[in-house]
Amino acid sequence: MSTVPDAVVELATSSGFLLVLILVLPFAAVLLALVLGGRNPRRVAFLTLVTGLGLAIAIALALARGGQPLIYLLGNWAPPLGVALRADGLSVTMLLTTVGVILGVAIYARNNFTTPPGSGEERAPLMFWILLMAVWGSLNLIFLAGDLFTLYVALELVTFAGVPLVCLDGRPATLQAALRYLLFALVGSVLYMLGAVLLYGAYGTLDIALLAQRVRPEAAAYAAAALMTGGLLAKTALFPLHLWLPPAHAGAPAAASAVLSALVVKGSWFLVARLWFDVMPGVVTLSAAQVLGVLGAGAIVFGSVVALRQERLKLLVAYSTMAQIGYLFLMFPLAFDVAGQLAAPGPALTGGLLQVVSHATAKAGMFMAAGLIYAALGHDRITGLAGVARALPVSTLAFAVAGLALMGVVPSGAYVAKKLMLDAADASGQWWWTAVLQGGAVFTAGYVVLGLFAMLRRAPAPLRLAERVSPLAEWVSLALSLASLLLVFAVPASVPADVPASALTPKNFIMLVALALGGVLLVFGLSGQSWRAAEAGGGARRRIGEMLGAGIERADGIIRRWPSATAGLLLLVMLFGVLLLPGASG
Amino acid sequence: MSTLNLYGLCGAALVGLGLYGLLAVPHPLRKILAFNLVGSGVFLLFGVVAGRGAGYGLVGDPVPQALVITGIVVAFSATALAVALLLRLHEETGSASLSPPESGEPPTV
Repeated sequence: MSTVPDAVVELATSSGFLLVLILVLPFAAVLLALVLGGRNPRRVAFLTLVTGLGLAIAIALALARGGQPLIYLLGNWAPPLGVALRADGLSVTMLLTTVGVILGVAIYARNNFTTPPGSGEERAPLMFWILLMAVWGSLNLIFLAGDLFTLYVALELVTFAGVPLVCLDGRPATLQAALRYLLFALVGSVLYMLGAVLLYGAYGTLDIALLAQRVRPEAAAYAAAALMTGGLLAKTALFPLHLWLPPAHAGAPAAASAVLSALVVKGSWFLVARLWFDVMPGVVTLSAAQVLGVLGAGAIVFGSVVALRQERLKLLVAYSTMAQIGYLFLMFPLAFDVAGQLAAPGPALTGGLLQVVSHATAKAGMFMAAGLIYAALGHDRITGLAGVARALPVSTLAFAVAGLALMGVVPSGAYVAKKLMLDAADASGQWWWTAVLQGGAVFTAGYVVLGLFAMLRRAPAPLRLAERVSPLAEWVSLALSLASLLLVFAVPASVPADVPASALTPKNFIMLVALALGGVLLVFGLSGQSWRAAEAGGGARRRIGEMLGAGIERADGIIRRWPSATAGLLLLVMLFGVLLLPGASG
Repeated sequence: MSTLNLYGLCGAALVGLGLYGLLAVPHPLRKILAFNLVGSGVFLLFGVVAGRGAGYGLVGDPVPQALVITGIVVAFSATALAVALLLRLHEETGSASLSPPESGEPPTV
């Protein structure tokens, strides 16, 4: 036993049992809802969510009071033999965001997924509430699990709960989207597991804290990092691995889309961050991080331009998600300092986390607004949205507020995130990311302006609504969007105080106007909307824009084919492997 | 060549074959089978890791056994879910193609 390294003596903290409770609670609700059936699942879900909210707040308070991560050792067995649950600031932020958004979704879906009186039990409502609880529980597990294998199981659970949400209505198109999603996610998870096996083979443990001490820059660690990162990117749908995202997120019922877009893709993103910052900070290199950033930039350009060319509002929002996922990965190159070393949790990581929270809330609000518009009109064709602003003012406002929050307008959380990342880009001398961060906001402005423009137009005839939407659902959608826009007032203490204070200056106002103008230009340049083409005449400049937009759309179609996406995934894994070699780090 | 090396190479070959299948074979059912092939390869590699006694200098390491069992359960559930979706898709459309209908590709099956 001479080779046993010095184990860290890790003790469960006194509030550690809270972590078990917040994991057990949602899964207990799943079982209870399944057993009780009938009209009970909704009641069970609400009861659990309110309790869960209290638990998440209790965990946050315990963390703030102790100042140390909460730890729970299952059965009191210490790693490497036992399994630990840990909650640090990163996990607690995600726990709170998740329970908040899911509670919002539950209130929003209260009337959509209800069992009509008279009928005993219906499949869709029963499944919706059960799957909602399952997604919530599995995400909690991702945020709290302390070893890579438990994380693998958690990742799979999130996928298993997310896939049926896509095809809740059972239409062939959504079944197909769900199957595509599942199969591609499985490719990603099997690569992740292969990486975990290699790590276990080399270091004899999968515990994150122990691995962090033992991992050395050598072949097994490079291969594992490349495989796991690649696999997780496939699950996160980072460009060019996004083939499954637009049809799945656009086809699902709006409440499900909100969960999938706001939370589910963040689960695997969170794991990439864990892997890079906590498990192998000594192994990852700046050049590999630059690739992540470049893919993020590609996602912003492709996602935004293709969003501009959609004919349906929900697809526009789905492509916007693809673009926003790109933003989340800009954090990785910016976390490196001038010397090319991964800095300890710094402003870039805080910025990335803020971006996740603000995107989660804004995107949930935006999908809900789109869903309400769809329900009210009976369609969501962008050309047919004229008059919506008058008929559904609250939903339109929710869409606008969510759009502003995504653009990073003051005082949104995304604004603070952008500011932190811009500072990090300056500090580490990576000016090109400054350009991407600023340009990305213009692209975001583009599709937000397009959607709003369509809604604000005056209808030729008074709008006949196919269905009355619930005012409560409209207000929930607005509340989530507002939460994102006002996140600046809830930023952690680690953010420099002058960042929020500098928000309301004339310079920022001019920036907002410039953003909106840039967005309008993009809409006119690149979107392929038939109503606009009919209004405006020809002109060489327009034709160039049209060609560019159509070209990007066609390229997106090719990238989204199964063979090219899978080949892209394998090539990316190889690329990461090569870039992690010591000689390649620039 | 030791037995463990042979197992390792077999595992690697299974992973390679499976990945090729996932990449190149259009039919979803074959993709599901290919995923299981990759999974088996990974489990075999885990067996090799166990046989080498991992980092502890033991003769054999029992932990990977437990992980492989869990992995098999997860892979089985994934397969079941995928097959259920595929059957339902076939029921609804009469074909089991993954390509969207408007792309003009002839449906498989």
